[in-house]
Amino acid sequence: MPANTDNDLASANDLMPGRAAAVAALKDVPHVPGAQKPDPILVADHVSRQFGGLKAVDVAHVEIQRGAITALIGPNGAGKTTLFNLLTGFDKPDTGKWTFNQQQVAGMSPYKLARKGMVRTFQLTKALSRMTVMDNMRLGASGQLGERFFPSLLPFLWNAQERANEVRALELLGRFNLDAKLDDFAGSLSGGQRKLLEMARALMTNPEMVMLDEPMAGVNPALTQSLLGHIKNIREEGTTVLFVEHDMDMVRDISDWVIVMAQGQIIAEGPPDAVMRDRQVIDAYLGTHHDQALTKDGTSLTQDSSGE
Amino acid sequence: MDFGIIFSQTLTQAIGITAIIYCLAAVGLNVQFGYTGLLNFGQVAFVAAGAYAVGVIVLTFDLSLWLAILVGILASTLLALILGIPTLRLRADYLAIVTIAASELLRLLVRSIAFKDTFGGAQGLNGKLGQQFHDLNPLPSDFTSLPVLTWTRQDLWVVIVGWLLVVLFTLLVWGLVRSPWGRVVKGIREDEDAVVSLGKNVFVYKMQALVLGGIIGGFGGIVWAVAKQSVQPDTFQPDFTFFAYTILLLGGAARVFGPIVGAIIFWFLLAGVGELLSQMIQAGYIDFLSATDVGSIRFILMGLGLMLLMIFRPQGIFGDRRELALDAR
Ligand SMILES: Nc1ncnc2c1ncn2[C@@H]1O[C@H](COP(=O)(O)OP(=O)(O)OP(=O)(O)O)[C@@H](O)[C@H]1O
Ligand SMILES: [Mg+2]
Repeated sequence: MPANTDNDLASANDLMPGRAAAVAALKDVPHVPGAQKPDPILVADHVSRQFGGLKAVDVAHVEIQRGAITALIGPNGAGKTTLFNLLTGFDKPDTGKWTFNQQQVAGMSPYKLARKGMVRTFQLTKALSRMTVMDNMRLGASGQLGERFFPSLLPFLWNAQERANEVRALELLGRFNLDAKLDDFAGSLSGGQRKLLEMARALMTNPEMVMLDEPMAGVNPALTQSLLGHIKNIREEGTTVLFVEHDMDMVRDISDWVIVMAQGQIIAEGPPDAVMRDRQVIDAYLGTHHDQALTKDGTSLTQDSSGE
Repeated sequence: MDFGIIFSQTLTQAIGITAIIYCLAAVGLNVQFGYTGLLNFGQVAFVAAGAYAVGVIVLTFDLSLWLAILVGILASTLLALILGIPTLRLRADYLAIVTIAASELLRLLVRSIAFKDTFGGAQGLNGKLGQQFHDLNPLPSDFTSLPVLTWTRQDLWVVIVGWLLVVLFTLLVWGLVRSPWGRVVKGIREDEDAVVSLGKNVFVYKMQALVLGGIIGGFGGIVWAVAKQSVQPDTFQPDFTFFAYTILLLGGAARVFGPIVGAIIFWFLLAGVGELLSQMIQAGYIDFLSATDVGSIRFILMGLGLMLLMIFRPQGIFGDRRELALDAR
């Protein structure tokens, strides 16, 4: 990608006020692990989780900026998924406290956290196989009267709500190129389509913050482009996005801020370009002896390190 | 050999009281296992709870049958809560272990000497358990028997009300599973964590399914006590639960009519094979078996038939093979 001119940047910001706001807010945040953000939606302290002798997660402090797209990157086994599991209540930490919207949420059960607006997807996709794509989506909607035991027996109480949810589901499915699959069993979808369905289903809850664990894994390049567009749209609609991704080109394309984990700890933070130039990050990813770039077009400036 | 008798006996049993009792147990299992994915291997405990509620309230305490039915519902609910609270937060197999253990524990408890005064020990409770119900029998008192179907006046009254109960609970299940509530429990069956991640309190749904399925099973026990006017501990063995599962899988799990079709076919085959064998032995066509072997031989043949079913139609009679194939992915 050629360097952006000031003009390009300005017009992009006009089109994406959400991005402009996020970039502006993060402009003065220092590029250090655990940096304080001007308006954090999530603040975690001393979160740790041990598996046997292995400290999978050991995060001293981390803040996630509201309304921004934050990428969580790191080599395999860095502890990204484990951190997701801890923060969303699916796993219990050995130590640690964290707040979501200023409210203490450590120890809260995962369904309550999801209701508070912190909704995640899974690295290993969890499509509900023997349910149709549309039913998967309907299930996502929150606050459904028909999901309560006795009202469920009286369809006239919840029919209108159901129709409204279907309209929203159709709109989302359209965005994710799944609208032709409405009545298919989710189990009959391809791996990539299941990823898309899971993301669309998570969005049905109207989350305040979505946490996506490798949303692009297995999605074809053409669709990846439109998916990136959708994630940017989510931010423009005011939703905070935290996502795990291994493809550095994508990370650079969409994230406003990048947090790097290695061996359970946060080792670097900053805007994408700065982080990918960081020696520590390159070392963590590629080992200490390397002459490759993290992205295809070489933004990680490998000239600096090729002298080894 | 009289094929007329074989046919009439078989049909009478296929839609008779025992079939109704098993059908109710299977309707309950369908809610728990078919739709919600809960492995309740102790359904017989709920049936026993219903039956003993009638026995204890009517015979031991000499109170009304209608109160006994209420107590039966409460007892089933309580049992579901006791079994569910510690296990429903854990992995699925814990419920299976706990329920099968609890059903045996309960049976040994009611047959123990220590509680003989209440539960009647190994003999159980025998007497006019269903009198209040039978007093309401609207059939003419000179009623002898229907053509072909050989129920007594008393049994026919139970059969009518029994099938009404089956229809009622089937309608209830149908209403539930086509609603958003049903969608949530099916989601839990597919992947609990996915449903949790969407903000649903999975524990509550699993508990509701366990309680509802338990109450329906409990009604099986109430019908049992009222029809047979006797409640005996050793009829509530674990194999009851497994026959109920057989019926469910035969008809097709997670199909509203699965348990009904399953129960009728199960008892049609079991009774048919039994009658046929007995007649053939009597007529001298088979001389290597005696009449007393028939009871067990018919279960052996039944097992064989089920194996064939699982090989050639694993989804059951109503099931959708496409759905089953999805599991393999
Ligand atoms: N349930 C578990 N039991 C034991 N060890 C675990 C468990 N879950 C994770 N680990 C270990 O914790 C470490 C971090 O795992 P985690 O899944 O969080 O990595 P990750 O950063 O998500 O990696 P990837 O990019 O490959 O998905 C790994 O070394 C892993 O083996
Ligand atoms: Mg991971």
